[in-house]
Amino acid sequence: MTAELVLPVIFAGLMAISLLAYVILDGYDLGVGVLLPLGSDEQRDTMIASIGPFWDANETWLVLGVGLLLVAFPMAHGIILGELYLPVALMLLGLILRGVAFDFRVKAQAHHQPAWNAAFAAGSLLAAVSQGVMLGRYLTGFAPGAAAWGFALLAGIGLTAGYVLLGAGWLIMKTEGELQQRAVRWAQRALLGTGLAVLLVSIATPLASARIAAKWFALPDFLLLLPLPLASLALFVLLAISLPRLAARQAAGNDNFCWLPFAATVGIVLLSFWGLAYSVFPEIVIGRLDIWQAASDAEALRVILAGAIVVLPCIAGYTVFAYRVFRGKARGLSYS
Amino acid sequence: MESLDPVTLARIQFAANISFHILFPTISIAMGWVLLYFKTRFDRSGDAAWLDAYGFWVKIFALTFALGVVSGITMSFQFGTNWPGYMQHVGNVAGPLLAYEVLTAFFLEATFLGVMLFGRSRVSNRVHTLATFLVAFGTTVSAFWIIALNSWMQTPAGVSVVGGKVHVVSWLAVIFNPSMPYRLTHMLLASGLTVAFLVAGVSAYRWLRGDRVASVNAALKTGVTLAAVLIPLQILVGDAHGLNTFHHQPAKLAAIEGVWHTERGAPLQLFALPDEATQSNRYALGIPKLASLIITHSSDGEIRGLNEFAGAHPPVAKVFWSFRVMVAVGMAMLLASWLTAWQLRRRGEPAPWQARLLVAMTFSGWLATLAGWYVTEIGRQPWLVTGILRTADAASSVGGGMILSTLLMYLALYVVLLASYVSVVFYLARKAGKPLAANLEGVTA
Ligand code: HEM
Repeated sequence: MTAELVLPVIFAGLMAISLLAYVILDGYDLGVGVLLPLGSDEQRDTMIASIGPFWDANETWLVLGVGLLLVAFPMAHGIILGELYLPVALMLLGLILRGVAFDFRVKAQAHHQPAWNAAFAAGSLLAAVSQGVMLGRYLTGFAPGAAAWGFALLAGIGLTAGYVLLGAGWLIMKTEGELQQRAVRWAQRALLGTGLAVLLVSIATPLASARIAAKWFALPDFLLLLPLPLASLALFVLLAISLPRLAARQAAGNDNFCWLPFAATVGIVLLSFWGLAYSVFPEIVIGRLDIWQAASDAEALRVILAGAIVVLPCIAGYTVFAYRVFRGKARGLSYS
Repeated sequence: MESLDPVTLARIQFAANISFHILFPTISIAMGWVLLYFKTRFDRSGDAAWLDAYGFWVKIFALTFALGVVSGITMSFQFGTNWPGYMQHVGNVAGPLLAYEVLTAFFLEATFLGVMLFGRSRVSNRVHTLATFLVAFGTTVSAFWIIALNSWMQTPAGVSVVGGKVHVVSWLAVIFNPSMPYRLTHMLLASGLTVAFLVAGVSAYRWLRGDRVASVNAALKTGVTLAAVLIPLQILVGDAHGLNTFHHQPAKLAAIEGVWHTERGAPLQLFALPDEATQSNRYALGIPKLASLIITHSSDGEIRGLNEFAGAHPPVAKVFWSFRVMVAVGMAMLLASWLTAWQLRRRGEPAPWQARLLVAMTFSGWLATLAGWYVTEIGRQPWLVTGILRTADAASSVGGGMILSTLLMYLALYVVLLASYVSVVFYLARKAGKPLAANLEGVTA
């Protein structure tokens, strides 16, 4: 096996891991952002406090994922982001708004604060929906026509529901009292939405893309893939059963297993992501380019890989450290 | 509007995004170190004034950092969409350098930022100081990589070019290319000066409002002293930087000095309106022979003129004037910081007019930094990578209408954010003085 053959696969894997890390990590903090208007004034501060120490680093995974796309598959970066020009611009608008609102909402003049709260929620929502639309457009190979755009919109709503579920799960884990109770209710509703969306997207994906359909319904792939929807279904059922129980326990002052909803949702994300990655691989622009055609020269990839092998474990290490520093229930954010 | 073709629009959009972006790292790079300084002073002396200063400036740091992160994300999406030819031709250099920036710097600063900002009550003081250090270190490492790449685009080295594509021969030569040491030093000093004037300006603002607690005085003194120390260094480094440009990018230097025809004993133009049509300067007011003296160290030295680079030199007036704005701000910084530093030494407090001058110069570092970058980047045209890749050959052709509408969106957003940023900085300054005012009222009542 030559470097030209192997390196693109490794880099596709690294990119997938970065994007997966992004979807889970920024997913929960975007979800909390979308939920923000539902909390009372005081709860809002706690909601923000639960994500405050993390969101900067969470978004860095997006920079890494897109950065890897740029440096390892530059041709694909140009095509994909050129095709996604509009949703990307809207997503950036959303990310910018919410990123700055984080700080402005507590630092700006009091009468501007409601506006920054609104910007935070709207920015989170815009970013989430745009990312889903990007995913949907990508999966159809940027097909023109109303049906393809309808599919993209569906994916937009679906991903947003998933982020909200992650966010609610995060809040259940990181908060207590009334906010936690509310978060359980939010999670229940988001679960319904996410389940519906995953179902619809799963049905529509093979319809929207003949290539993916061919992959899914051929043997032996079909049998190999079958565990994915089954395991997802099991996790959905687990959530549907455990959320009401958690609510009951919580009312009695005991929130054991408060991490379960978040963990189960992460499981669903992992399974969905794996299913999609499997469907697309080894293409990178569906129907146009595979990873070998799109890859940079092996000489560049080798240099990047050497660095990544040394640095990624360090990043993982200090990320774990940071989460440990802020483990337990979120307290009000303070610089002192 | 024939001038607004998609390529021009793509360039305007990229310029708008990167100009907006650079404002914030320029502050956060040096501010991280200033915060570390405040913190260490407190750790050593136990004097609460330093902790107060830290507490105030860390808020502005957090805000600045957030703006830098989100505007930086925009950049990562635009490299490929606006400049697809860039990676295709020089990806072997740019790819690894950009990847190393993300891997070694972005995660480090972003992760420890959380601990630095919100972890003081959760980790030991030592660990907190370490986190502060790592954030400052991360911002500086990030500057290192991106300046290495930018400098390589100005003065490429360490590669061989085969069929329009570069291949790295020596990474050391790529990273430490001829202009890199000068540019890195000049940029780090620019960051230091920007922060020095920001800290001095905001502290002077508080001082003028009667908020003269120990932490304000300490920050004022820190800012002014830092400025007074850094500005002469910056002028020296800038001078050396110019000599380096003379050797490696003579067309840029000719534009900076407004030398249209190769000339011995060229004057230093203080004012002129360079005119591309007539290939000459109108209303020129210069000091005879001084440009030659500065650049060649001989009053009779030869400076190659723009005529030698016909069709391949940058737009002259923009480079010429950006350079003068940068240098003028530099001179103003020298004056303001030395006069105030002198007064602070003698009297322990600034004269009111000096304080007002400092307030007016709060964001002067931004002006000089942007002007400097315009000299550098416009001065490189028509090349994207000097001698290797022309800007026009790297640009994309995303539809003009789409670029125009997103450009307008970005511009509107940036105006709002910039106004909010500046107003919040001063608002925080006013608010910080409030509890004090309230206390005083309590005392007098
Ligand atoms: C007063 C004397 C100064 C001189 C002689 C000077 C000289 C130069 C030169 C020659 C360049 C362009 C180099 C090239 O592109 O090849 C440059 C760029 C630049 N200058 Fe200055 N400069 C001065 C002051 C300042 C000040 C006060 C600041 C900011 C606070 C500043 C910030 C910059 C920046 C950010 C750049 C772009 C990055 C770079 O190429 O270094 N300069 N300067």
